[in-house]
Amino acid sequence: MLKEELIKRIVENVLQGRRNKDDEGIEEDYVGEPGVAELVQEALDNGIDTNTILLEALSKGMKQVGEKYETGEYFIPDMLTAAEAVEAGMKVMEPHLASAGESERKGKVIMATVEKDLHDIGKNLVSIMLKGAGFNVVDLGIDVPAARIAEAAEQEKADLVGLSALLNTTMVNMEDVVKELENKGLRDKVKVIIGGAPTSDDFAAEIGADGYGKDAFAAIRVAENLLQSGGKN
Amino acid sequence: MSERGVVVAKPYERLSQEQVELVHQTSLDLLETPGILCYNEEAVALLEKAGATAKKTREGEHDAWWVSIPEKVVQKALDSAPTKVTLGARKPENQVVMDAEGSRVYFGTGSETNYWLEVEPETFVSKQDGREQVFPVTKKNRGSLEYLCRSAHLAEQLDNLDFFLRNVNVQDSDISGENKDVNVFFAALNYTTKPIVSGVADPEQLENVVAMAEIITGGREQLIKNPIVTFITSVIKSPLQIVDETADKLMAISKLGLPVIISTSPQGGSTAPIEEFGMAAQVNAETLAGIAINQLANPGAPVIYGAVPVRARMDDLHDMYGVPEFCHYNMICAQMARYYKVPCYSTAGVADAKVPGVQAAVEKMFTYTAVPSSAPDLIHYAFGLLDKTQTFCPEQAVLENHQIAMVKSLYRESGVEAGEAGRIKSMIEEVMNSPYRLYARFARKMLRRGEIFPGFPFEGDLEEEDQTLLAAHDKLKELEKQEPEHLSEDICKRIFEQIPGLLPRLNPYKK
Repeated sequence: MLKEELIKRIVENVLQGRRNKDDEGIEEDYVGEPGVAELVQEALDNGIDTNTILLEALSKGMKQVGEKYETGEYFIPDMLTAAEAVEAGMKVMEPHLASAGESERKGKVIMATVEKDLHDIGKNLVSIMLKGAGFNVVDLGIDVPAARIAEAAEQEKADLVGLSALLNTTMVNMEDVVKELENKGLRDKVKVIIGGAPTSDDFAAEIGADGYGKDAFAAIRVAENLLQSGGKN
Repeated sequence: MSERGVVVAKPYERLSQEQVELVHQTSLDLLETPGILCYNEEAVALLEKAGATAKKTREGEHDAWWVSIPEKVVQKALDSAPTKVTLGARKPENQVVMDAEGSRVYFGTGSETNYWLEVEPETFVSKQDGREQVFPVTKKNRGSLEYLCRSAHLAEQLDNLDFFLRNVNVQDSDISGENKDVNVFFAALNYTTKPIVSGVADPEQLENVVAMAEIITGGREQLIKNPIVTFITSVIKSPLQIVDETADKLMAISKLGLPVIISTSPQGGSTAPIEEFGMAAQVNAETLAGIAINQLANPGAPVIYGAVPVRARMDDLHDMYGVPEFCHYNMICAQMARYYKVPCYSTAGVADAKVPGVQAAVEKMFTYTAVPSSAPDLIHYAFGLLDKTQTFCPEQAVLENHQIAMVKSLYRESGVEAGEAGRIKSMIEEVMNSPYRLYARFARKMLRRGEIFPGFPFEGDLEEEDQTLLAAHDKLKELEKQEPEHLSEDICKRIFEQIPGLLPRLNPYKK
């Protein structure tokens, strides 16, 4: 298949939210056809470089998905499945990216729901969307102690920590994470963004976080802005 | 088959089969004793010929007859009344196809309101902090032909509206008793391609209205096949009285073979018993009496069981709609009509509240949720009625278009089918084995098929203000910009040449 055709089909399958050949698309008759993972592999086999695949296929597809969301044609499930498809493509590219020094990734993010909070939907949405947007995400899961989050940030050389909480009683634990990062001397290297129903811009400022995302899309924008404005190591 | 309306999965049955039969038998007993008080001699003659007995009396200045109707007369009428009735439409795809053995429910406008409520946004300045805020301000205007045309045009645009029952009482200075009917029907027919339903105020005008409809459809035979006009006759004056002039209209329409709704609107607590059993027995007897006259005049003529039972308000004896008793009455009537296999005309969506707002929304959504659950064929009085049935507000109608969308979604089939079990299990298994355990991927197909309700769309985005009515106002303005689908120039020309009494200002092609 020609390079242009492969790139076009990767974009199309991102729009359809298809990770691999077994996935359905939004439209009919896609099952059995190559999905993003197979097409990215084929692109690599054909010598197309990872930067081109990332920018001209995966990122371009996600950009179109975002535009369709803005116009009301696409909804959250479409965004999430498209992000999953991008992530499937990124996984195929992973070995090649590692050898290239991860230069194509936008940054590394540690995601966690803070201690004593078991809610993960919001955190998962942000994780998926961050991956779809080209971030390298390490998701620590739910009920994660502050010390563990700071430790992971140090080990992974993270650029950003994303914290989630759904409860008034657990949101206070977000401040502990900021303090732990300070104690480890990481605070000038690692940005912190928070989200979750009870949180707000004001609360983020109060606990010394760098940003607040009122939803998954806002979180992506905040993450991109923070890292572009000098937060990235 | 019509795709309009909604098929209610498993209609709610308020009464058991034994209770249905008990209401039926009690109604039959009432039709024999005390019988009905009939003011129309021709109707009395028809009933007597069929086996009823009549005894002449005098009610004030009028002759009247106590008519005792035996069961066999009612049964014969029910036997000949059709189970399927179609409300025709200028566009065939807009036809309302009723089947009393099915459970498809259609929604339409109703009443003949004296007032039209205008909504206009106005900017106010807060005394507290000097902040400017926009609030909707309402103004009541007398009903007019212009408002009727705007209503019919709006009816065409509202996707959940299935039939247009003239909703505004035209009170223009150039409208009189003699020319009202032709102008009302023309205005409605010229602004919507959906079925038209209306009463006829002047019996003399029935002929002209039918002639107008025949010009549009291409003749009597075509009109019978596609009856673009359906009539309502309020032939009953509760309790249990047959009105003279309306009985004439009922029999005339029946002989024409055009669909007619037998409308009776007893008020629980004043003109009917307030308890369900008493109300049900009486309103059912009244409707059966109307159907009997209709079928005796022309066996097999399309007829609709039109019970509009309401409850009296206890502080002023006005009608009251947004209350549980109203729903109980109407749900029972829908069940009775299904028992008789005659299509049913029912009621929901009227607010007792005078203006749009929280009270109106509560009352409307309450009856919209309850009454359609019993699957009457037609729901009238939907879309925009306020202050009982005195006021029509187009913004309110826009809001209700989406409330009805919610109701339609509420009563659809559940989709729990044996053939689906494998797919459901494998979906859950796949998600359980995925990293984030999210079902979003699998929601997309239903979303694309329109099977996931998108939410009520008038919330607005300000956190401290209710913008619902303002948003509905904006939507109304957008809908009103759509070009009306008028009758053709040739049809209009022939109508204006042949039908007397039409006001030239209604002709869209008049220079």
